[in-house]
Amino acid sequence: MAEKENIIIESGDAVQPFAYSVGMHGSRFFAEIRDHKRFLGIKCPKCGKVYIPPRGVCGDCFVEMKDWVEVGPKGVIGTFTILRYAFIDPETGAQKPVPYGYGFIRFDGADTLFQHYINIEDEAKIRVGARVEPVFAGERKGSIRDIEYFRVID
Amino acid sequence: MDRAAIIGVGMTKIEKRKISQTFADMAWEAVNKALTDAGMTLDDIDNVVTTSSDFWDGRTISCMAVGDASGAAHKNISCVEGDGTYGAFYGMTRALSGSYRTTLVTGHTKGSESVSSLITNAAFDPIYERSLGMDMITACAMQARSYMHRTKTTAEQLALVSVKNHGNALKNPLAQLPMKITVEDVLKSEMVADPLHKLDCSPVSDGCAAVIIAHESVAEKFRQKPVWVRGVSFCADSFFFGDRDLSRARSLAQAARKAYAMAGVHDPKKEIDVAEVSDAFTYQELLWLEEMGLADDAAAGKRLERGEFNLDGPLPVNASGGLLSGHPVIAAGLYSMAAVVRQIRGDAGGFQVQKAKTGLVQGVNGLGGQSHCVWILDKDK
Amino acid sequence: MAKRVAIVGTGQTFHKSHRPDVNGQELIHEAVARALADADLKLKDIDAVVIGNMDHFEGINYVDCWSVDGSGGTMKPIIKLTTGGTTGCTVAIGGYHLVGSGMFDRVLIIGWEKNSESDTTGAITTAFDPIWDRLVFAGAISGLAAEAQAYMARYGATDRDGARVSVRDRKHAMNNPHAQLRKEVSLEEVLASPMLADPIHLLDVCPRSDGACAVIMASEDIAEKICPKPDWIWGTAARHSYSYLGDADYGRLTSMREGSQELWKKAGIKEPRKELDVVEMYQPYSFGGLIWIEDMGLVGPGEAPRYIWDGNTDMGGELPINPSGGVISCNPIGATGLIRCAEAAMQVMGKAEGRQVPDVNFAFSSGFGGCWWTDMILHGKKKPA
Repeated sequence: MAEKENIIIESGDAVQPFAYSVGMHGSRFFAEIRDHKRFLGIKCPKCGKVYIPPRGVCGDCFVEMKDWVEVGPKGVIGTFTILRYAFIDPETGAQKPVPYGYGFIRFDGADTLFQHYINIEDEAKIRVGARVEPVFAGERKGSIRDIEYFRVID
Repeated sequence: MDRAAIIGVGMTKIEKRKISQTFADMAWEAVNKALTDAGMTLDDIDNVVTTSSDFWDGRTISCMAVGDASGAAHKNISCVEGDGTYGAFYGMTRALSGSYRTTLVTGHTKGSESVSSLITNAAFDPIYERSLGMDMITACAMQARSYMHRTKTTAEQLALVSVKNHGNALKNPLAQLPMKITVEDVLKSEMVADPLHKLDCSPVSDGCAAVIIAHESVAEKFRQKPVWVRGVSFCADSFFFGDRDLSRARSLAQAARKAYAMAGVHDPKKEIDVAEVSDAFTYQELLWLEEMGLADDAAAGKRLERGEFNLDGPLPVNASGGLLSGHPVIAAGLYSMAAVVRQIRGDAGGFQVQKAKTGLVQGVNGLGGQSHCVWILDKDK
Repeated sequence: MAKRVAIVGTGQTFHKSHRPDVNGQELIHEAVARALADADLKLKDIDAVVIGNMDHFEGINYVDCWSVDGSGGTMKPIIKLTTGGTTGCTVAIGGYHLVGSGMFDRVLIIGWEKNSESDTTGAITTAFDPIWDRLVFAGAISGLAAEAQAYMARYGATDRDGARVSVRDRKHAMNNPHAQLRKEVSLEEVLASPMLADPIHLLDVCPRSDGACAVIMASEDIAEKICPKPDWIWGTAARHSYSYLGDADYGRLTSMREGSQELWKKAGIKEPRKELDVVEMYQPYSFGGLIWIEDMGLVGPGEAPRYIWDGNTDMGGELPINPSGGVISCNPIGATGLIRCAEAAMQVMGKAEGRQVPDVNFAFSSGFGGCWWTDMILHGKKKPA
């Protein structure tokens, strides 16, 4: 028998493109950021919890939410980390530039956390509870990238 | 073993592109319709099973999108990946295992968001098959060819399945493609993969369906008269096409045999009143009916020509319009199940058939009908 | 009537970082063959198969159908359950209901993954919402780091506390020939290893692995005929709340708290710390070994570091946790939760060899994943009432 050989087949550039529906709640949220730099949450009529990202249903109460409320734009860091290891960004296929600040922001007036980049120029300032504000992109198209990052303001 | 019943169903309309609805929005609509149909509130639901596919949804852990909107917060929940009939099967066992009394089962797909042929290409073996460019349509074209060769079923007979099912859909407001067409229209439509014309194939669809399954101890406590599960079984054939007789579906024959045995059905041709079977492609309706003993070998085409599978025939098949009239892949089997439940309850509206005491539902997983799930539902316990 | 259910056999591969010598079906078959041998059953004895993995790690759609040559599912009922990291525990719970319903007498349960075949972090990132979550999320480690950071801020725990858990699990792995990483490390080595995402060091987290696990469950009518001392399933629970990553209560694992409380109530367990004899938890990073045992109710909020430092969870301690070396020593993701289940079953059955905890009456196993989800199983030596 010939020497054992382990052959590998590569999938190459195979991709499965998708056209994800943002839906009625997300579409309004992103349009509001794009046009007015405002953040909209949605409030449960039963428990009063304000959700961001906005969605149709309060899972805890299983009721439909229709009550839009403006939140932020300032808030606090709910929790965070600083990413220091290199990895592939599945959205682009390229290496993500590290280190970067990864934050869960609690907007003033919101009960759930919103994920985005945190500017880490001054790492000592990055802590749970620090106040932050968003920095918007110059050209806004109605997506999560309309916000460049959040920065600590105190 | 204990008995289970289906006590509520709810479905969104099947559409080409639900652009304003997320998966969660669709689930919310279907679940609330099912709860209303059953006369239940979420408090009456003990546990939830969602059915979805990471490939079709374009995200790993696709079930994450719909749990909260399906009412699963603070409840036990699980997720089946495959046709909705498999999700319903798991949901039923959870209602029978002593842990819960009622299971809410949902299934969703938005075929509109992806390129279907790339999704089904990924179901082929990456080492031996995928690079050949196979997808569900080319695979099923091969199966159609081998079925036609073995049984002498004609292209006209295949086309007649499309004519019948799109015609039935005219009576189903949830269907995506109600159409009054002729055999000639089907044969003149674009040849997608020989011998399958465009109108031999089901469309790309968005939709979500929900069913509520209850243990016998609580099945009669709510608004609807329960539709009882008399028999159910599922079975998978070999994976590689070269390992199978493609012109047949031995796994379906076995699943049907076991479901009939459990249900005490001895002569399915006589005892089954109504059937919703997986007609993703026209030939499949005929092949599956033969393998389940609802038509003699190689004779389904002739029965069809005689009008025996029509809405007013002795065995109405896909009275709802079937998958040819709307095919949200993962939810498909739940739509079929809901259609039979409504037939048996006598509230199928425009597509109600005359006699519907005992009904059959069939769902399919994998390529060219590798795996099948067969249910026998009945008005009587 | 519902049937009581027991585990009568288990099997797993020798997990490695990369198994280029086998394809997926062959890897699955290794675990299946070992489980059948352990239970002294043949494939023809198996009535149904439950299988799970995470699709995008191998890029294969309809894995239940594709894998039949390895799983033995040809001409049998085979069903796929998938819930992310929890999958391995989810399939075990699936087997429990399939047998418990009375539909099947003997069910084969399989979890597997060949993480070497794709970029694991990239694939995990696609688990999250494409519109809201994917931009900044960086795979499992980023979310776990956010949890650890919140716990530390809330309770004053330190990275040394986390490192102590890693030292424990890596030491335990020395007793388990199936573990991928078998090398003892010191506290200093953990703290000196590269910082991946604050406060998580390289040696605080699991590796990625190729591996498979199989478990056979049987109904009470035949379980003791197959295996004189089977592992009885006393109860299962799962919580998958949350749609988006920002919905969770960072620093607490709500799913573990709700699920374990349900389990203790079902089984009549009042003091889990005293009544459980061993725990095999899906703990992919060290800090989870602190936070989550508090949510299990073993100790109070903020009390885990002290309890761990005192050696209570080491082999020979009050309640050994992860005698197998746990997930930090080996993580073939779709199999991982089922490996926990198999290891807990082996402890109850007295088959855990070098990692056996003496006289196990109750064992606990869990799966973790998704958006802070937990699935769990209570195992027992005695037949449940």
